[in-house]
Amino acid sequence: MSKFTIRKPTATVSTASLPDIVFMLLFFFMVVTVFRDQQLLLRVDLPRASQVQKLRHRSLISEIYIGQPREAALGASPAIQINDAFIRLDQVQVAVRQLVTHTPEDQRGRRSTSLKVDQKVEMGIVGDVKTELRKAEQYQLHYVALPAY
Amino acid sequence: MMRNKHRLPPAVSAGSMADIAFLLLIFFMVVTAIVNDRGILVRLPPLSDAPVPPVAQRNLINIKINGDGALLFEQQPLAVDQLRERIKTYLLNPEQRADLPSSPTRAVVSLQNDRATPYAAYLGVYDQIQAAYRELWEVAAQQRFQKSYEQLAVAERRSIKRALPQVISEAEPTDYR
Repeated sequence: MSKFTIRKPTATVSTASLPDIVFMLLFFFMVVTVFRDQQLLLRVDLPRASQVQKLRHRSLISEIYIGQPREAALGASPAIQINDAFIRLDQVQVAVRQLVTHTPEDQRGRRSTSLKVDQKVEMGIVGDVKTELRKAEQYQLHYVALPAY
Repeated sequence: MMRNKHRLPPAVSAGSMADIAFLLLIFFMVVTAIVNDRGILVRLPPLSDAPVPPVAQRNLINIKINGDGALLFEQQPLAVDQLRERIKTYLLNPEQRADLPSSPTRAVVSLQNDRATPYAAYLGVYDQIQAAYRELWEVAAQQRFQKSYEQLAVAERRSIKRALPQVISEAEPTDYR
C-alpha cells in the first residue's frame, strides 16, 4: 500500500446545461408575460356563458369595466372604469375615441371593445355604454364571460 | 515562470449563472398573468335615424326580459333553459305554421330588456339565442359538408350563415321605474 492513494473522481451529474434550460424557461415567461397596466377599481364578478370565444389581438381591444366600486366610500351604484380611472357616462365616448388613436389607422377597423361587467349590474348602464360605443363608432363588442361549467 | 505551467486554463465560473437565471425565472413566473379572456361576440348596429324596414309579424321572434330577469317569449312566460329549443323550432318552422317565420333567412330575433334587468340574466338569454343558432349551424354543417362547424373553412361557414343568418335586433330598453 502506498501512502498516497489516488483519489477517484466522484461521479457527478454535469450541470453545465442547467443554465441553458433555465434560460429557455426564462425566455418563455419573459415573452408570455403581459404586465398588468391597470388597477381594478371595481368589483367585477363575471357571469358565465356557453358560447364564449377566445379574444385575439389584445393590442386591438379596449376594455371597459362596469361594476360596484371596491371602496365603500364611493357608493354602491355601478361605475364605469376605462384604463386606470373612473369615467362618467358622458365621457365614455371621448375616452373610447382616445383609445382608438393609439392604433395605426389601417388596423382601426379591426378594433373591438370588451365589456367586463359584474353579473349583478342592471342593464340600464350597460345599454347606455353600448349607445356611447355606437356614438364612438366602435361596433365590435365582446361581453366577457367565463366559460360555462 | 515555471509555476505557470501547471495552472489550469482560465475560465469564468458559470456555476452561479443558473442561480441568477432561476431568480429571474421565478420573478417572471410570479409576475405573469396569463390572460385568456373569453367573450360573447356582438356586432352593434350603427346609430342612425333612418326608419327600420318593416318586418312581418310572423318573422319576428319577440323575447322580453323584465326587471327580475324573467323571460317572455312571444308573450308567453318561458324558462331560460327551454329558450334554445324553442328558438330552434321557431326558426325552422318544420310544420310550416302561418304564424312562425316563413324562412330562417327572414327571421329576426327581437330582444328587449328592462333597465333593471340583471346583466347575468340578459347575458344568459343572449347566450341561449347564440347557442340555438350555433346548433342549427352545426346540423347544417354536418348535412352539407359532413364536417363539424368548427372545422369548416371560412367560405363554407359563410354559406351556412347565409342560409341561417343570425339577426338579433335589440329594442330600446323599457324602464318601469
